[in-house]
Amino acid sequence: MSSTSTDQLEKLTQSEYKYGFTTEIESDTIPKGLNEDIIRMLSAKKEEPEWLLEWRLKAFANWQKMTEPNWANLSYPPIDYQDARYYSAPKKKPKLESLDEVDPELLETFKKLGISLEEQKRLTGVAVDAVFDSVSVATTYKEKLGELGIVFCSFSEAVKDHPELVKKYMGSVVPASDNFFAALNSAVFSDGSFVFVPKGVRCPMELSTYFRINAADTGQFERTLIIAEEGAYVSYLEGCTAPMRDENQLHAAVVEIVALDDAEVKYSTVQNWYPGDKDGKGGIYNFVTKRGACRGRNSKIRWTQVETGSAITWKYPSCILQGDNSVGEFYSVAVTNNHQVADTGTKMIHIGKNTKSTIISKGISAGVSQNSYRGLVKIMPGAENARNYSQCDSMLMGDRCGAHTFPYIEVKNPTAQLEHEATTSKIGEDQIFYCKQRGLSEEDAINLIVNGFCKEVFRELPMEFAVEAQKLLEISLENSVG
Amino acid sequence: MLEIRNLHVEADGNKILNGLDLTVKAGDVHAIMGPNGSGKSTLAHVIAGREEYEVTDGSITFMGKDLLEMEPEERAHAGVFLAFQYPVEIPGVNNTYFLKAAVNSVRKEQGLDELDAVDFLKLVKEKLKVLHMEESLLNRPVNDGFSGGEKKRNEIFQMAVLEPKLAILDETDSGLDIDALKDVANGVNALRDEGRGFLVVTHYQRLLNYIVPDFVHVLYKGKIARSGGKELALELEEKGYSEIEEAALSGK
Repeated sequence: MSSTSTDQLEKLTQSEYKYGFTTEIESDTIPKGLNEDIIRMLSAKKEEPEWLLEWRLKAFANWQKMTEPNWANLSYPPIDYQDARYYSAPKKKPKLESLDEVDPELLETFKKLGISLEEQKRLTGVAVDAVFDSVSVATTYKEKLGELGIVFCSFSEAVKDHPELVKKYMGSVVPASDNFFAALNSAVFSDGSFVFVPKGVRCPMELSTYFRINAADTGQFERTLIIAEEGAYVSYLEGCTAPMRDENQLHAAVVEIVALDDAEVKYSTVQNWYPGDKDGKGGIYNFVTKRGACRGRNSKIRWTQVETGSAITWKYPSCILQGDNSVGEFYSVAVTNNHQVADTGTKMIHIGKNTKSTIISKGISAGVSQNSYRGLVKIMPGAENARNYSQCDSMLMGDRCGAHTFPYIEVKNPTAQLEHEATTSKIGEDQIFYCKQRGLSEEDAINLIVNGFCKEVFRELPMEFAVEAQKLLEISLENSVG
Repeated sequence: MLEIRNLHVEADGNKILNGLDLTVKAGDVHAIMGPNGSGKSTLAHVIAGREEYEVTDGSITFMGKDLLEMEPEERAHAGVFLAFQYPVEIPGVNNTYFLKAAVNSVRKEQGLDELDAVDFLKLVKEKLKVLHMEESLLNRPVNDGFSGGEKKRNEIFQMAVLEPKLAILDETDSGLDIDALKDVANGVNALRDEGRGFLVVTHYQRLLNYIVPDFVHVLYKGKIARSGGKELALELEEKGYSEIEEAALSGK
């Protein structure tokens, strides 16, 4: 590329993470390290029932026998699991009835993030279960949803108030022994969100949770469980920004979704964890297990993700298409810049008859980052007439980054029909010049081209989220064409 | 409005333009003709600010400003428009959105209010009629999946909407059938006025039947070898470029 573009690239890639600030709130933490005592301490602090402690300990026992996976196209220094802290909660625990009682400093933090709860309550009609560090501090619209029988609360509250649902569904999609990181999460998960939409109810608003890592050295182990009963519908949004940190922070979340007959769940994520600085220092390690089970006939689960953050991303939101005629969809934009590394994709497991899945993946790499798509489409013997369409497009910015595609296909039923398309392109100097000749600045030109590239994914996001996603992309790729 | 003096241009170490002089006054239409490789497209791109070309000597002044000191987008803001020989595809970007962004970036630089969606659409629909273009084209991604003719029409359409001061047409006629050629010519002729200059780069005289130039220049080996009125184009059509080549070889 020409020298001007390279300069632009350097400038863009070197822009600082805009949400890098920390909040001074006293944290109630437990000592570093991981063993049975720590888990007991954690469980006691959270005032958990015995069955949950047992569940954690079993998961921990499993985890100890497991080895960290190394098959992903990632490289990072070994993680010292004993050097992390597995619990921290804001000390001044606010009451949940009113926002007035919430720590003003905390509210200020939300304001800095542009997600002031008052404003959200007033303007957007989005109920927000804000997870600040590991404990939920504010929940809105709870009553309104309650009238419809919808439960939207923190995972800890669900353990207290709806233990039968938690017991029935927790671990039913992602078993505690599923993989190394899921087992770790199962042992030490701190909090997360819980959604239950009863039979025949259509959730009238988008449910949204903002995650934020705060206390230093605190690993984040969120756990989310979403259950849609027969004929229910819910759209869930998860978005996050994280403050700047020098130490690498470990994040191993688990998300489980269950859709019964005719139920539909949409899960949208905009992920912007701190990616590290331009030299690759710091940044979040994000090892996430997200899986949805289309258990019922005609059920549908859609994952939409926009991944711009984290130093390391290891994440494969998947669908188990068990019910006949069930539908799984995965729409993803993954952006990596500087030294970021992402290995992300999906798994579509077709079990039921006439099951359908769609995979649209857009990877954008800049700087010296590496961006891999890894996906599995598996058609089981009983999955008559299964269909899959996969499209994986990669865009490279500059000549020092990499894009990789690892599609795995296993077909055990001859009636299946699968299509796979993949492209890799370099953001064109021709395209940029064309836009500039028409009067657009280089940055506007890049944003325009990138947004066009991601359009198929953005249009699956709820409106406000799509706007936010575009902004995030702009921030992430500022000055990054070469 | 455009003054090119002693322009020398290289690309990848090859000399392409060798001391080219050209003056375009507002209201004039200049045709640049010449054999393949004579530097016609290079000239068009250098004026627009393409970075792969290195200007080793000479100057380009546009409305009193040193064009070579300006970024491509600044040149666009000043009123330079290039209709590309190969219009670029931008998948996923709506044609109207793109053009609105372009128009408003130019207006902003000129200190004008940005057009809102309603005003913009009104403007756009008027211009579409002149070019006999389908409205559906507005909602398709920029040049993506367009036929060759549609792409060229789209260039002229963009020009009509942007109303530049200097319009450069780089072989806009190549690959067009006769109907498209007429539409393109009509689009250009509709924009001809005293305040606007045109530089029409073409291989063939055919286009100049419809866009009648005030001046015709023949580019040969990076220089203007001959200049004349519109009749020069007809002469070239008849005799080809060989006479000019011979003349150049014999040092005339």
